Amino acid sequence: MSLDAATVRRIAKLARIRVEEEEVAVLAAELNGILGYVAQLDEVDVTGVEPLSGGAQMAMRLRDDVVTDGEMAEKILANAPERSGDFFTVPKVVE
Amino acid sequence: MSKAVTGKPAAAPAARTELCGLTIAQAAAGLEARKFSAVELTRAHLAAIEALDSRLNAFITVTPELALEQAAAADLRLATGDGRTLTGIPLAIKDLFCTEGVRTTAASRILEPFTPPYESTVTAQLKDSGAVFLGKANLDEFAMGSSNMTSGFGPVENPWQRRGSNVKLVPGGSSGGSAAAVAARMAMGATGTDTGGSIRQPASFCGLAGIKPTYGRCSRYGIVAFASSLDQAGPLARTVEDCAILLGAMAGFDAKDSTSAERPVPYFRGAVTAGVRGKRIGIPAEYRMPGMPEEIEALWQRGVRWLKSEGAEIVDISLPHTKYGLPVYYIVAPAEASSNLARYDGVRFGARIDGEDLIDMYERTRAAGFGAEVKRRIMIGTYVLSAGYYDAYYLKAQKVRALILRDFEQAFAKVDAILTPTAPSAAFGMGEKMDDPIKMYLNDVFTVPASLAGVPAMSVPAGLSEEGLPLGLQVIGRHFDEETVFAVSGALEQAADFRSKPAVMAKGA
Repeated sequence: MSLDAATVRRIAKLARIRVEEEEVAVLAAELNGILGYVAQLDEVDVTGVEPLSGGAQMAMRLRDDVVTDGEMAEKILANAPERSGDFFTVPKVVE
Repeated sequence: MSKAVTGKPAAAPAARTELCGLTIAQAAAGLEARKFSAVELTRAHLAAIEALDSRLNAFITVTPELALEQAAAADLRLATGDGRTLTGIPLAIKDLFCTEGVRTTAASRILEPFTPPYESTVTAQLKDSGAVFLGKANLDEFAMGSSNMTSGFGPVENPWQRRGSNVKLVPGGSSGGSAAAVAARMAMGATGTDTGGSIRQPASFCGLAGIKPTYGRCSRYGIVAFASSLDQAGPLARTVEDCAILLGAMAGFDAKDSTSAERPVPYFRGAVTAGVRGKRIGIPAEYRMPGMPEEIEALWQRGVRWLKSEGAEIVDISLPHTKYGLPVYYIVAPAEASSNLARYDGVRFGARIDGEDLIDMYERTRAAGFGAEVKRRIMIGTYVLSAGYYDAYYLKAQKVRALILRDFEQAFAKVDAILTPTAPSAAFGMGEKMDDPIKMYLNDVFTVPASLAGVPAMSVPAGLSEEGLPLGLQVIGRHFDEETVFAVSGALEQAADFRSKPAVMAKGA
């Protein structure tokens, strides 16, 4: 599988990273290099193998469904690039 | 560039930088016996930082005022005989650990303005043990790299140099600043994180001991996430014993991390001198690669002889899926990273670049805030998780990951620990291996499999290359059996008797 320029632009869009036109070819070459490298997994027979999703040798812990945290709006907003009162602000979405 | 030094610099004149040469165990004993004060010890390290770090760039942020406050508090405790394991010990904290009130950047421009309102569990535990924090250590951006060249705050120089050469070398990565700080005696120990080798490879490159514990041993709460199923915190220090002391303080169950292991923390320090008599040590045939220098193979064989003469039984083993570790890693880690790094959108924290609309703001913020390697990995991760490719890449990688774990499980039915080289080379020059991402990735070929399996692994300095650079050996153990890892590492350290020192180091240390 080889990525073309259109696919690179589509991935960049999905990843929400602005990519300038002159970067596309370089990125395509680098990403294809990596995908070519990982393609060696094709030779491994994984018939009947269950996928391993995590590093933990344990079952997920459950806890009671109760509020354990909160009431810290000021701390949460302290690093906001822009705020208005107790709200984060972003460019207008709906005109 | 933008090194932030908060507060006034330490009063330098009387700094006893020779104290910087002590190990943590020695310094703790010296502090307890009141041979020197915690303030003196911290001053000495701050003076070393002031003298060396404009060159090495191991720190992104230095906090002398805070450090001296903590040291003064340590002296009060010591005076009343109330000292704890790390009271007064000056450490460097990888700038991936959130520290309340102290800027935490992950070496990314996107987090340049971020000051966490909370403390990571690991650093909170270190503080509770009495440690003094000198500042935040440099790293590869979001811990993605093996050279510290991807830092948004400039590269770190390795304090070691090739014999008769002044070519600047990389300290390895991603915990490169942590490793350089400890090697240059600017800190007695440091926290690191390891996702695919980020503690062990820099430890090897800088002549240090460093352990990635079992996945789940240290809480990930408050550590900037890269690949959550792989990320583990661990210490770097100049001796195996110092690593054991530090890990003892860092480890433990934490309800705030859903993958934290509900297990008691053993007395790691006691394990260091346990010896290897009767222990079965596996030597995996697959830990060789084309172009690997002969001296690394020779070092490995020397390690085998050392353990044998200490009474260990050497067993040839096979870990047949070793070569697939890196390709699995370069699917799984970017996939998790693409999800974890979605949070950096310029809305709630971090940098923002304005745009024409909301989407444009996201895209401009992320384009400006992330460096090239981070963007590459986010895009690879986005691709392998995208509709139509998920099964071919991500699911396949997870299945091969299961086979890699099975390799280790089968091996550990026959042996108690595994001995391998840590990295396929010694430290390389700044700027080398930058032309092709795959070349850089190959640094982690021997460290990635243990990360994928979640088993503990430690690098121990075992000798010098022909060019006079440190080389490490790696000891891999069973899940939650760090004690055997420490025992084998302790035996290797004894036998190797590694005493070489880097070219750039605190005066008199």
